[in-house]
Amino acid sequence: MAKDGIGASVLRKEDRRFTTGQGTYTDDVNRPGQLHAVFVRSPHAHATIKSVDLTAARAMPGVVAIHTGEELAEGGINNLICGWGITSKDGTPMKMGPYPPLAIGKVRFVGQPVLAVVAESRGQAEDAAHAVEVDYDILPSVTRLADALNPDAPAVHHFEADGAVWEHGQPPKNLIFDWELGDAKATDQAFAKAKHVVKIDVVNNRTVPSAMEARAVVAEYASAGEHFTLWNTTQNPHLLRVVLSAFINVAPEHKLRIIAPDVGGGFGSKIFTYSEEVVCLWSAKATGRPVKWASSRSEAFLTDAHGRDHITTAEMAFDENHKMLGLKVDTIANLGAYMSLFASLIPTYLYGPLLSGQYAIPAIHCNVRAVYTNTVPVDAVRGAGRPEATYVLERLIETAARELGVDRAELRRKNFVRTFPYQTPVLWQYDSGDYDGLLDSVLAKADWNGFPARKAESAKRGKLRGIGLSCYIEACGVAPSSAVGGALGCGVGMWEMAEIKVNPVGTVEVFVGTLGHGQGHETTYAQIAADRFGIPIDSISVIEGDTDKVQQGMGSYGSRTAGNGTSAVSKALDKVEAKAKKIAAHLLEASEDDIKIEDGNFVIAGTDKKLTLTEVALAAYAFHKLPTDIEPGLDEKAYFDPVNLTYPAGAFVCEVEVDPATGTTEIVNFTAVDDFGNVINPMIVEGQVHGGVIHGIGQALLEEVVYDPDSGQLMTGSYNDYCMPRADNLPTNFELAFQVTPSPSNPLGVKGCGEAGAIGAPPAIINAITDAIGTNDLQMPATAEKVWRALQGVSAKNAA
Amino acid sequence: MTTVAMTVNGKAVSVDSEDRALLVEVLREKLNLTGTHVGCDTSQCGACVVLVDGVAVKSCTMLAAQADGSTVETIESLAKNGELHPMQVAFNENHGLQCGFCTPGMIMTAVDMVRRRGKTLDDTTIRHELEGNICRCTGYVNIVKAIKAGAARM
Amino acid sequence: MHETRYHRPSSLDEAAKILSASADGRYLSGGQTLIPTMKHRLAEPTDLIDLTRLAELKGISESGGALTIGAATTHAEVASSDAVRKAIPALAALAGKIGDPAVRHKGTIGGSIANNDPGADYPAAALGLGATIHTSKRAIAADDFFKGMFTTALEDGEIVTKVSFPIPTKAAYEKFHNAASRYALTGVFVAVTKGGDVRVAVTGAGASGVFRAGGIEAALSSTFAADAIGGVAIDSSDLLSDIHGSADYRANLIKVMAERAVAAIA
Repeated sequence: MAKDGIGASVLRKEDRRFTTGQGTYTDDVNRPGQLHAVFVRSPHAHATIKSVDLTAARAMPGVVAIHTGEELAEGGINNLICGWGITSKDGTPMKMGPYPPLAIGKVRFVGQPVLAVVAESRGQAEDAAHAVEVDYDILPSVTRLADALNPDAPAVHHFEADGAVWEHGQPPKNLIFDWELGDAKATDQAFAKAKHVVKIDVVNNRTVPSAMEARAVVAEYASAGEHFTLWNTTQNPHLLRVVLSAFINVAPEHKLRIIAPDVGGGFGSKIFTYSEEVVCLWSAKATGRPVKWASSRSEAFLTDAHGRDHITTAEMAFDENHKMLGLKVDTIANLGAYMSLFASLIPTYLYGPLLSGQYAIPAIHCNVRAVYTNTVPVDAVRGAGRPEATYVLERLIETAARELGVDRAELRRKNFVRTFPYQTPVLWQYDSGDYDGLLDSVLAKADWNGFPARKAESAKRGKLRGIGLSCYIEACGVAPSSAVGGALGCGVGMWEMAEIKVNPVGTVEVFVGTLGHGQGHETTYAQIAADRFGIPIDSISVIEGDTDKVQQGMGSYGSRTAGNGTSAVSKALDKVEAKAKKIAAHLLEASEDDIKIEDGNFVIAGTDKKLTLTEVALAAYAFHKLPTDIEPGLDEKAYFDPVNLTYPAGAFVCEVEVDPATGTTEIVNFTAVDDFGNVINPMIVEGQVHGGVIHGIGQALLEEVVYDPDSGQLMTGSYNDYCMPRADNLPTNFELAFQVTPSPSNPLGVKGCGEAGAIGAPPAIINAITDAIGTNDLQMPATAEKVWRALQGVSAKNAA
Repeated sequence: MTTVAMTVNGKAVSVDSEDRALLVEVLREKLNLTGTHVGCDTSQCGACVVLVDGVAVKSCTMLAAQADGSTVETIESLAKNGELHPMQVAFNENHGLQCGFCTPGMIMTAVDMVRRRGKTLDDTTIRHELEGNICRCTGYVNIVKAIKAGAARM
Repeated sequence: MHETRYHRPSSLDEAAKILSASADGRYLSGGQTLIPTMKHRLAEPTDLIDLTRLAELKGISESGGALTIGAATTHAEVASSDAVRKAIPALAALAGKIGDPAVRHKGTIGGSIANNDPGADYPAAALGLGATIHTSKRAIAADDFFKGMFTTALEDGEIVTKVSFPIPTKAAYEKFHNAASRYALTGVFVAVTKGGDVRVAVTGAGASGVFRAGGIEAALSSTFAADAIGGVAIDSSDLLSDIHGSADYRANLIKVMAERAVAAIA
């Protein structure tokens, strides 16, 4: 292995610019003559726009343009799209309400863009935006998921005019789809022969993604070539380009260059196509000048797609030996006021197929009703569907162990999947894993058996101690394209592309269609190339995030980069290596098969005859000594379309101390053992687990989006009211370890690690708190007051 | 309009700006010091932390005019002649950053922390001192480690 | 933020003159509340008159059994002041719990007291210690100063110049912070004055801002012990109820924080 190769904790190449303030984020990009856009947003959850008066605003200093929804529509700009079609169980397609980039006629959530004011400075644009007069007729709104399907709830969209025919009459008005997965009949039969049935109701709380860099756009138009350039905080520049050109029609694909410079976190929120990109591109052409928009944090709360927001009833059937027989899950998922780019995918194919977890469950049936409400659109946030599934399953099993009076770890162990590949009853086929190994390891590391003594010690200090377990499975890199694009309704292929260019001096450039936004891609990909050629990573550059440089790509989300991006890079390296060997063989007058790469040299095996990579590369370009059957150049491209998803898994133990007087929970010990397959850079992977677990702690203890049910206003619109995890929310002791079962589905045997913590942590934490307080009646986030209330309930019950 | 005269990263500067301009806006837009970031608008995230007259402040919660006559140090001032400050080195060596957006504020907060609390910092102190800095990527684990290591080397 | 005019007067008189000449001026102290409020256009003063560099508002001194702190003194200066730590350690500790380190470097005691945020910490200390608030016009007892949420006895143009805290026999402040904003969800300041009176002030919980918890004061006056508080009834009808905490929960926190404050000094 090269010193900087696969498996080494190489320090990150990108850090120098970030630690010195030289990172270039979208808001750091300024173009000559740049204008500034400020959006006038709906102050109401649901209203008809009666009239708009722009007279005063247009007369304000510095105002160059004010764009309206009608103007865009007349200019041929189409609505924002949802790229994943879901079909209801009665065969009807999901009901997509039209989502114009700027509102036309009606607004459906607080924060929806209504107008865009473009001015010489941001201050002037803000001043003019405040001078715009929009007259609204306020309509009743529905913001709570639980209310959306009530017959008397206001309709967010009216579909009567669509002429959609529903098999069983008109469905509830806010229903987007009523989807099922699994075999309902087999599941009913399993329940019919069950010895025990355990049931829970859980809420998966709505959260915001909250990348620390808020979204931003700089759009530029060159009239000479009718060419657009868009700098944007995106996780997937090529996908964005397809959507903006092919669907929204704001710029032709071959004349739209998208640059994602440094991107400051995403957590899902920067996958999607938003109004602001469309409007700034439109405005750049309309005004003939570059246009910048930079979101404030307040706008981010009102516009970045939110996450989660499910309510679920789940039941599990067990036989007399506590073997699982069947699982029934009934979920309602809130998708907000409009369908965001992948909104429909999250509570369906990223949720239902995960419900088997690490367990051999013979029959599973899952029903999901997705609904509209007058809230910000809901889409993927770190984990996206998988945390929701894991939370249902792991709380259900913990509950079952308590009700059945059996050991929680043993109940899980009794039902583990042990043979691979394993076909679940809900689509996915697990490729590899060792769930016993994970559980054994985490129980040992967490000193599970020593818990009673620690609990007794806490009790002496007046604290309630609890311990909780969670065994999760993840599914990364939705694949293969032929399957997901057909039966499952995906609008795009889910492959990845890479190009390896060896320059004439032997330096290497790796171009890849993923988009790092904190995950250390510049280092990780360089390690793979370094490993292949035995060269130092300093002679390797990694290029992502520019559609003019990287030919194609699908971006980074859903922990897909490890499985798909590195595989595309590996495949391209295979091609480069083959060609380099061919050239070396010719130059060394040897057979290709005898050429080996050793310490950066192309060596005839068993001899001291060798060429450096530089010598081979130079020969490839300074094409003097090569025969005509070899093309000049040393530059190869490859696409990788995975044959299957990858299935990381892990086991987490969380130990908490609850202060009964205030309900405050302190996480005293957190132990995570994860199986991500082969690990390219352990330091980076550990960092991903840290981040994911704290994200999970945020959801479990602190974070919750709250709307006022009467006014439809967002009550948690800033960090003053929406609680982000801080450094003092860290577990007192935090231990993690890896176990490796390589994935057979990709060349490097990797699985992906970005979301695992956020998937596995919440149930471990809630299972620990409910263990501590002696009641299962607790929903996330387990704020101090909620825990205190649950304890009051326990005391009242005990007193009665 | 107002004229703000400051010493920024050791250099005397004089900038004309609107009275309403925030210090961070003048640093980023007039002085092209884009290492200082804006992550929120309620004075909580700390991405904008710089040192004014030697102490950490949130440059998004201070008018540039208030800094007239002051000395301002930003993230761009830490490395000297191409050599990184020990805190910058510690963030790299301990993987104390991922997307890098909160990093300048974290590092400036850390430098201020060491100036006030000394070079020997325990985890509890660091965690508490980071109350005004939010990171979504790292889970803070390695930030705490980095600050502890960087402090010892300052 | 709406455009404004920034002024830096060199005396209190000049500050008052600029204010009275302005259409809708505001004094600016640390700005840690006012500037974010202006950014959201919830305040749009035509003029900002910066008080923080006025020598008249600076300094910490002890005399006649009282600790006097200039209004422009920052929370960080109070928290780290040897004089404060020696005379009233609870006050230094309280200042060290406000906001975060960067906020404490800018925020001032005068600004906090004049703003009277219902979740602010200083009002609890001022009321709990029976402080006197000195202004550009007069001296006002803390008991008469705080008039409800964001409301004080200050008249238009009147400037808080310093706050005098009688040095108590003992005092403690316990804060249960709002997990998001780090303001006090409920904070309780308990003091025993040199005259032997027990004063208990509560911030964060009251629907009308900071208040004295008479029931707890009475209970502690007869027995100064944490377990004397358990039997006190807290009327939650006067307490705040919002997404961060119900009135019932705040009522519970008042007792728990009071118990912990007493336990720390009993």
